[in-house]
Amino acid sequence: MVLEANHITFQYKNTNRGDKKHILYDFSLRIGSRERVGIAAPSGFGKTTFCKILAGYERPDRGEVLLDGKPLEAYGGCCPVQMIWQYPEQVVNPRLRMRRVLQEGDGIEAYILQGLGIQEDWLNRYPAELSGGELQRFCIARALGKRTRFLLADEISTMLDLITQSQIWNFLVEEVERREIGLLAVSHSMPLLEHVCTRIRCLEEVSS
Amino acid sequence: MRRWNGRMTAMFLCGLAVLFLAAVTAAGWGVSEEALVTDFSRKNLGPGVPYLFGTDWLGRDMFLRTLTGLSMSIRIGILAAGVSSVLALFLGTLAATMGKAADAAVTWIIDLVMGIPHILLLILISCALGKGFRGVVVGVALTHWTSLARVIRGEVMQLKEALYIQAARKLGVGTWEIAWKHMFPHLFPQFLVGLILTFPHAILHEAGITFLGFGLSPEQPAIGIILSESMKYLAMGRWWLALFPGLFLVCTVVLFDVAGEGLRRLLDPGSAHV
Amino acid sequence: MEKKKVILDIRNVSVSFEQYERGFRKRKLPVIRSLDVTVHEGEMVAVVGSSGSGKSLLAHGILGILPYNASMSGEMLYDGAPLTKERQKALRGSEIALVPQSVAFLDPLMKIGPQIRKGKKDRASRERLNDIFRGYHLKEEVQEQYPFELSGGMNRRVLVSTALMGSPRLVIADEPTPGLHMDMVRRVMGHFRELADRGAGVLLITHDLEQALQVADRVVVFYSGMTVEDASVQDFQREETLRHPYTRALWRAMPENGLQFLPGTQPYVKDLPEGCPFGPRCEACTEECRREIPVRELRGGSVRCVHAT
Repeated sequence: MVLEANHITFQYKNTNRGDKKHILYDFSLRIGSRERVGIAAPSGFGKTTFCKILAGYERPDRGEVLLDGKPLEAYGGCCPVQMIWQYPEQVVNPRLRMRRVLQEGDGIEAYILQGLGIQEDWLNRYPAELSGGELQRFCIARALGKRTRFLLADEISTMLDLITQSQIWNFLVEEVERREIGLLAVSHSMPLLEHVCTRIRCLEEVSS
Repeated sequence: MRRWNGRMTAMFLCGLAVLFLAAVTAAGWGVSEEALVTDFSRKNLGPGVPYLFGTDWLGRDMFLRTLTGLSMSIRIGILAAGVSSVLALFLGTLAATMGKAADAAVTWIIDLVMGIPHILLLILISCALGKGFRGVVVGVALTHWTSLARVIRGEVMQLKEALYIQAARKLGVGTWEIAWKHMFPHLFPQFLVGLILTFPHAILHEAGITFLGFGLSPEQPAIGIILSESMKYLAMGRWWLALFPGLFLVCTVVLFDVAGEGLRRLLDPGSAHV
Repeated sequence: MEKKKVILDIRNVSVSFEQYERGFRKRKLPVIRSLDVTVHEGEMVAVVGSSGSGKSLLAHGILGILPYNASMSGEMLYDGAPLTKERQKALRGSEIALVPQSVAFLDPLMKIGPQIRKGKKDRASRERLNDIFRGYHLKEEVQEQYPFELSGGMNRRVLVSTALMGSPRLVIADEPTPGLHMDMVRRVMGHFRELADRGAGVLLITHDLEQALQVADRVVVFYSGMTVEDASVQDFQREETLRHPYTRALWRAMPENGLQFLPGTQPYVKDLPEGCPFGPRCEACTEECRREIPVRELRGGSVRCVHAT
């Protein structure tokens, strides 16, 4: 499968003062199922925004996102493009136990939990009783449902300690390789991207 | 034995308040017949044994009348506050989820209701519906939902934008499931505390308009009626006619407040671990 | 080398939370169990620990702004004298500056400019602020805006400016840079470095060891509520100069050093093992490690491990 973003343009409308700022301008990217693409970009490039557009959280002002030639909305139910966020505590409902959080995923298999080092006893806890690294493991597991074809990892280990970071990435690389899930990794750390990705795309800042 | 702690105190106060209110309600219901019995052989007695709160000019037992009146007030309060909170939940959610026009409409109604003095609107509604039980309940219900509706509207709006709700949507979780599983657990504590804190208002307003003659009819032994009737006799030195019913009305209101505050303390993360 | 004066000395400090479990049972959660840090004048010390390990409580403890259900014990000396409640209050915001983790620390009802200048209107402080803002790419009109009108990154830069305004003797920076771009991070870190070079003590609390290694003089490694090692930044150039097995595991996990990982996770505060918290994940763990382990001096640093040589 191929995930492609064609000529994406996006601007934030600051309703307060009416001024507009281009975050993305005519940006295109293609990711294949066997690829792990790293994005390293300087400040001002809307990396998170781009991930949100690719995963269908935001609509671009111009341009389109196609999965195998079809727009994302054509795929009902669990979206085949899943995003993992920088701050896991924001994407987990604080009032749900972790077991229920995981159940929202698309049939998460037991080996994934094992591979990510998620312990049985964590499933009964609330998010506030887990550390950031432990929560992030759940977010990754939840995104690795049966129908997931592409994963977007937006600075997913920036807030974690080095050991958790290496555990998570070692597992993810192995898993996406085996299941032929395409991966987009966004990070400020070049050494990390070099270690994890099959190709790296460096970007320039949008002028205007 | 575990050490006594803040959570126990809050629970204890809460439980005590609820127990007392339930007892008064049940007792008042049970003695409503006896409260109407007149007996001229015992009229105008001061407080003592066996008539704890004394008797009135028709020889009616004031203790029984107070109980019955309070019971009536509490039942009206619960009914009106319940209707009012459900209304708030419905309109608040509607405003937050059904687009800009619905939001503007609901916000406008909220401002409108809040802009008119409570008691005035209450009297108008009650009179329009022919006073009585129905008039009071509808009147109180229609005037007390606004602030809770605002809270719920804000909460739902915030929830809608929460990343975990958006992420759940992307995982294919349906709208109803999101509402039930994700939003309800956040709204319920707010709703419950709002509901309980509306009770005392509802009760006071019921008593208020009944006292003024726009509420329940005179043959019903409501606190408002008792108080307004006893006004005439205060000058004759029969202080007990107004003192005990008034005192117990205040107690009831305070107890509801205690119960609501206790519950809030238990549910609010800012104080839940004291 | 001349020994600089110690400005902050924290010895065996612990912080615990009182929390209710289900029902009425109240329980103490020892989030920080034993923490030792010293900061000298002109020195930048980084406390490095994973997120959720209770590092922020350290900052809040020093300033006396712990949450209502937290309590603290141990010894804290500032400038040689115990840091009492009164002193905390007097020093906070004048001699000790905090750069907090959350932008929620800004007053939402006060314009940015007056908020940072703390009401001072004289020319010198205005110019000083303009200088700082220019350095952080913040336009002058930002001073006339309220926090909600700014983006997260801008608010964060405003928070950092707050610490730079006065002339603090001790700066406590609690995860000051999340959400900032790399070059901004470098600039912010550069300013902290500058403050240290001008004689202030800087305590940087972070989860990011790589960032700490770029700017700090010493690194204190925090694991499961305990300090396990106190090492100079030079010690991190090679694995062999590090002392504690956890620190070595951190070193090996750096992408430059191969992203090697160690299985397992930090134990949860409710079920901590006896003795060394790292024991269950450590290859060298022996019977001795199950007892309480004191901190000892080793090769110019210190370590909490019986096997370290």
